[in-house]
Amino acid sequence: MSAEAAERTSAELPETAPMVRFDKVTKSYGSFVVLDQLELDIAAGEKVAIIGPSGSGKTTVLRMLMTLERINGGVIWVDGEPLTSMPRNGGLVPADPRHLRRMRGKIGMVFQHFNLFPHMTALKNCIEAPCTVLKMPKAEAEARAKDLLEMVGLGNKLNHYPAQLSGGQQQRVAIARALALRPKVMLFDEVTSALDPELVGEVLNVIRRLGAEFDLTMLMVTHQMGFAKEFADRVCFFYGGRICEQGPPDKLFGAPENDRTRQFLKAVLEAT
Amino acid sequence: MFWDWQFTWEILPLLAQASIITVEATILGFLIAAVFGLFFAIGRLYGPKWLSIPLTGVIEFIRSTPLLIQIFFIYYVFPEFGLSLEAMTAGVLALGIHYATYCSEVYRAGLINIPRGQWEASTALNLPTVKTFRDVIIPQAIPPVVPALGNYLVALFKDTPLLSAIAVLELMQTAKIIGSEDFRYTEPITMVGIIFLLFSLIAAGLIKLVEAWLNRRIMRL
Repeated sequence: MSAEAAERTSAELPETAPMVRFDKVTKSYGSFVVLDQLELDIAAGEKVAIIGPSGSGKTTVLRMLMTLERINGGVIWVDGEPLTSMPRNGGLVPADPRHLRRMRGKIGMVFQHFNLFPHMTALKNCIEAPCTVLKMPKAEAEARAKDLLEMVGLGNKLNHYPAQLSGGQQQRVAIARALALRPKVMLFDEVTSALDPELVGEVLNVIRRLGAEFDLTMLMVTHQMGFAKEFADRVCFFYGGRICEQGPPDKLFGAPENDRTRQFLKAVLEAT
Repeated sequence: MFWDWQFTWEILPLLAQASIITVEATILGFLIAAVFGLFFAIGRLYGPKWLSIPLTGVIEFIRSTPLLIQIFFIYYVFPEFGLSLEAMTAGVLALGIHYATYCSEVYRAGLINIPRGQWEASTALNLPTVKTFRDVIIPQAIPPVVPALGNYLVALFKDTPLLSAIAVLELMQTAKIIGSEDFRYTEPITMVGIIFLLFSLIAAGLIKLVEAWLNRRIMRL
């Protein structure tokens, strides 16, 4: 327990604390530093798009937030509380499973490869966690899951297994599944990268709807520059484990200041 | 005469009765093997070091020593430590534990083949570890290994004659007794072979059915 970390907890976060705060977060695999002292605040309700070349650490940001990766330094704050540690005796100690579970409950994640449970129907995929984690009665969980599946346009596929659905449909089930736990923060990790081009639109439409109808903080790693431009409040360009440039989409896409950003956007535009 | 049909009919009821013991030993032994095997595999793969390392040692030890010795050990040596078991109990336990170590390897193959994304989705959905295993991992890990488990069911069944070594009245022991009383071994031993063949075929058929049933329920890309 470092003195620095102890100091940080004793100072209460201000009233207008961000929904998510990365405070000097470092992640490395052996000697390879993936993220270097990352500082990033995301306000409640904000929609942030993360772009950057592969290996720039952008997916790692989401995976750390979902507690799928350990962090090597710094503190991640979610909704005013440290994510993987907890205050005790004026300092921070590693979180116990209970704290981790409570914190994870605030976050939902949608994966590039959907990761639906293949042995469960669309409906069962969406009620599994509410029933076991939130201890919701089955009827209530089912009613809610039906609403959510209807919202993502799959009201007629409740009893289909993932293998019977297209990639776009599977990804929409995955979105409904994550929403069923009522998260405050939603993470989208390249959710359209594994899809055939003609299926990308239906998934992006669902995300647009979420943005309009739910009070969610959203963080998305994406290669869909057009979508990022239209949907995000802020775009962060990652390069070499750092945020190289960030700002409103108009500014970042329209008049990027950094050479690397310019190079990256040029390369992406040439590819499409 | 080489084969006495009348004698065959006379001993058939005795053998039929003994075959019930054999089937009982098989079912109970395999239940132990299937359940303990799963726990062995999970403990070895995901348990803390203090559990997985000794467990690996125990599994390797049991796998590399003969079942017959283990049966003798449980029946004759355990009482020295105050644990006296009936012959049937000792035999079923030995069969079950021995085959649990084989089954654990089979389960292991099934478990390590679950894509990492399934674990990550379970974490993201906040499922507790026990529920992740029960609802997500195990239901996907078992169906692909059912044929391999089925092989061990048949192998265990064919190893039940070893229980005759501690005088469990299963098929083989009964055949031996008949043989020694009437000085005719041809009919009882042949009939035991045929009964084993029949049951093995039935078991293989049942496993095929279970497989088909599971494949219908589990769909994977």
